[in-house]
Amino acid sequence: MKFLQKTIEKFDPLFEKGGKYEKLYPLFDGFKTFAFVPEHTAHTGAHIRDGIDLKRTMITVVLALVPALIFGMWNVGYQHYLALGLAGEMSFIDNILFGAVKVLPMVVVSYGVGLAIEFGFCIYKGHQINEGYLVTGMLIPLIMPVDLPLWMLAVSVIFAVIIGKEVFGGTGMNILNPALTARVFAFFAYPTYMSGDKVWINTATKEGQSVVDGFSGATALGDLANAGTTQYSAMDMFMGFIPGSVGETSTLMILIGAFILILTGIGSWKIMFAGVLGALAMGGIFNVFAEYAISPEQQAFMAVPAWQQLILGGFAFGVVFMSTDPVSAAQTERGKWIYGFLVGFFAIMIRVFNPAYPEGIMLAILLMNVFAPLIDHYVVQANIKRRMKRAQVQTANA
Amino acid sequence: MSKDLKITKGVNIPIKGKAEQLIGNADNAKVYAIKPTDFPGLFPKLHVREGDEVKAGDPLIYSKDDDRIQWTSPVSGEVIEIQRGDKRKMLAVKILADKEISYRAFPVEDPNSLDREAVVKRLIESGCWPFLRQRPYGTVASPDDTPKSIFISCVNTAPLGADQDFVVHGQAKLFQTGIDAIRKLTDGKVHLTVTGMSTPSEVYAKTKGVEIHKIHGPHPAGNVGYHIHKIDPIVRNGEIVWTLNPQDVIIIGRLFAEGKFDATRIIAFGGPEVKNPRYYRGLLGMQITPLLKDQVENENVRYISGNPLTGSRIDKDGFLGYYDQEFSVLEEGNQPEFFGWIKPGGNKFSISRSVFTWVFPKKELSLDTNMHGEERAFVVTGEYEKVFPFDIFPVQLLKSIMIEDVEQMEKLGIYELVEEDMALCEVVCTSKIPVQETLRQGLDLAKQELG
Repeated sequence: MKFLQKTIEKFDPLFEKGGKYEKLYPLFDGFKTFAFVPEHTAHTGAHIRDGIDLKRTMITVVLALVPALIFGMWNVGYQHYLALGLAGEMSFIDNILFGAVKVLPMVVVSYGVGLAIEFGFCIYKGHQINEGYLVTGMLIPLIMPVDLPLWMLAVSVIFAVIIGKEVFGGTGMNILNPALTARVFAFFAYPTYMSGDKVWINTATKEGQSVVDGFSGATALGDLANAGTTQYSAMDMFMGFIPGSVGETSTLMILIGAFILILTGIGSWKIMFAGVLGALAMGGIFNVFAEYAISPEQQAFMAVPAWQQLILGGFAFGVVFMSTDPVSAAQTERGKWIYGFLVGFFAIMIRVFNPAYPEGIMLAILLMNVFAPLIDHYVVQANIKRRMKRAQVQTANA
Repeated sequence: MSKDLKITKGVNIPIKGKAEQLIGNADNAKVYAIKPTDFPGLFPKLHVREGDEVKAGDPLIYSKDDDRIQWTSPVSGEVIEIQRGDKRKMLAVKILADKEISYRAFPVEDPNSLDREAVVKRLIESGCWPFLRQRPYGTVASPDDTPKSIFISCVNTAPLGADQDFVVHGQAKLFQTGIDAIRKLTDGKVHLTVTGMSTPSEVYAKTKGVEIHKIHGPHPAGNVGYHIHKIDPIVRNGEIVWTLNPQDVIIIGRLFAEGKFDATRIIAFGGPEVKNPRYYRGLLGMQITPLLKDQVENENVRYISGNPLTGSRIDKDGFLGYYDQEFSVLEEGNQPEFFGWIKPGGNKFSISRSVFTWVFPKKELSLDTNMHGEERAFVVTGEYEKVFPFDIFPVQLLKSIMIEDVEQMEKLGIYELVEEDMALCEVVCTSKIPVQETLRQGLDLAKQELG
């Protein structure tokens, strides 16, 4: 390691002030601090510091996403071969390989394009490279349909990083969750590639292969929104053997990620828990009023047991990984309860009331991102009032 | 009458090198210093010149803003250096001590027989006055103010902090005399907070004329700011509370009982780099040098006057700060760490379970001064709140300071805080925000604009 350290240090003068590549210093520094946590010591204030930093925080989230990613790759392959009627013949490895060939390029494009923009901005502003994109770059491919053309993915990433984040000042300053900004951009810019029943499963055929008769590529959620019923069982939905965006299908894998986030304290359990409560509340209300719905399809959709709403579509993924983004969520502890509850509540409401947008969780989180500062504002105002009240109590006692 | 305060938000940092409860033997320090930098906002003026001879209790410097407030010499001897820094800022007044200390004589009096004015006068002329600090702002108290109450925290929960029961052992009489003098200063109560986690020292428990409160829980349970927050909070501008340390109450007691400014303190000397951490008897402003002999071998260390959370960095021949009761020695963590951000754990403290130190909760850690990362914008939320028991929003307050919104700072409770109250927030911060420095900037600004 000493050797590597010395090799890197050799390049220091080139990038330091007055060096040949002075402008590229943020880039150089980014790589250097990636390899080595710098030798910086506490210079003001406390002399001892916690072992955590933003890099470790971000990598923990990425690790929490890995189960969903691997399952997502397998499921892409599984759904593909299922559509071709070949699922029985294919091994676990075959499924994963097929999925990897489809999914890994998405990951590469997402990271490549996003990091390039991020680096460019850092060099332009002379800032240090921030770690925020490490998580965003992994989230984006996981919330996209597998057949989204890579150039659309790239355009979405560009939009998300520039408009969603950098114009506000970079990591820590954004109002909307950048990954969801990418998805919502793709959703409205290229609707035919982002919804319907053609995009969730790769049905490309080679010679001699054909799609089986009666195949439907609709997601369970899409089925329910349109017809009020679905061919998939609750167990399938929980395990994730259903079509959907790459990483969102398996509630089980998402729960493993949630466990990692909650155990390490990096994801807020309050938001997740409140989100589930909110969804159950809305789902429960729908269950009660199902018979008053206008169409039979909607009656059926509203009658879906509230708990099943939790394992449908992107709800679990959104609540665990997207709504807990600390920058765009509510920042006060009490605010997190309100924010989380409303995310869950609105997600189910949008999903059921507006079949055109069955993916309610995306819009619900973005909506609540916008409201999060308002929620915090009222929580803080309540604190200020309570603190001022102590003055009156004191004078009354005196 | 005693009331119990319990806190759950906070953390005890398991750092190695806590001082054993023994008084060690070391040579007396030869050089002593008063450091104007210990007092935020102080603009010091000199009473003495290099080469002057002084007795213990003779004035050295005074405050330009209030020339009544003066700092006196803890020892008799010769003023050998007025140390200055950038822009001739005064850093220290150093005195080479005589072998036998001779004291300036003050009358021996029972403070109960004196009125407030006489007590104030005595405290000022002896140099004991700066032991009294005021909230808000944590600056030296003003003789013109009458505080609504006075708080003395007799618990120290800070890592490597001097045990407040041990350091006053056997000095009940002097402590009571000191309290008698302090009681004259306020029309309100004098609050003593003692530990509720073990039997508090008799010295505190039997003190008369005070209200005693018991406190339970992890650091910052011992911080006087939290006690004020719970017992008699500062809500509006203009409300003032004074605070001081138990050992300084004893110094004040000695002033009245023995007629001299004898600033003897029991000092904890500890940290992972100290071979036999224990307590030593010394005087305010003492040099650290005699304690280091045979105790610290590593050269790559940081010497701290005070505890590792709030203490100030000193040189190898540096001096004990005016309010400090500890010297701490930590290794400088000035080595880069290969992929340190992904390594499972190792010798690091963390409140997050993403650092795997939590697997061995009992282990004492040889912590060093490495930052373990670089400064970033605020990203993670809810982590300050885990170690910050006040009913105050810490991040929102810091943000209001960063944008210099004085009105918002006032509403969010800046009057109730000084640096030590937010020190743990700084320790646990993922984004490595300089919390204590920022808070001090806010306090300075608030003081300037709101007085």
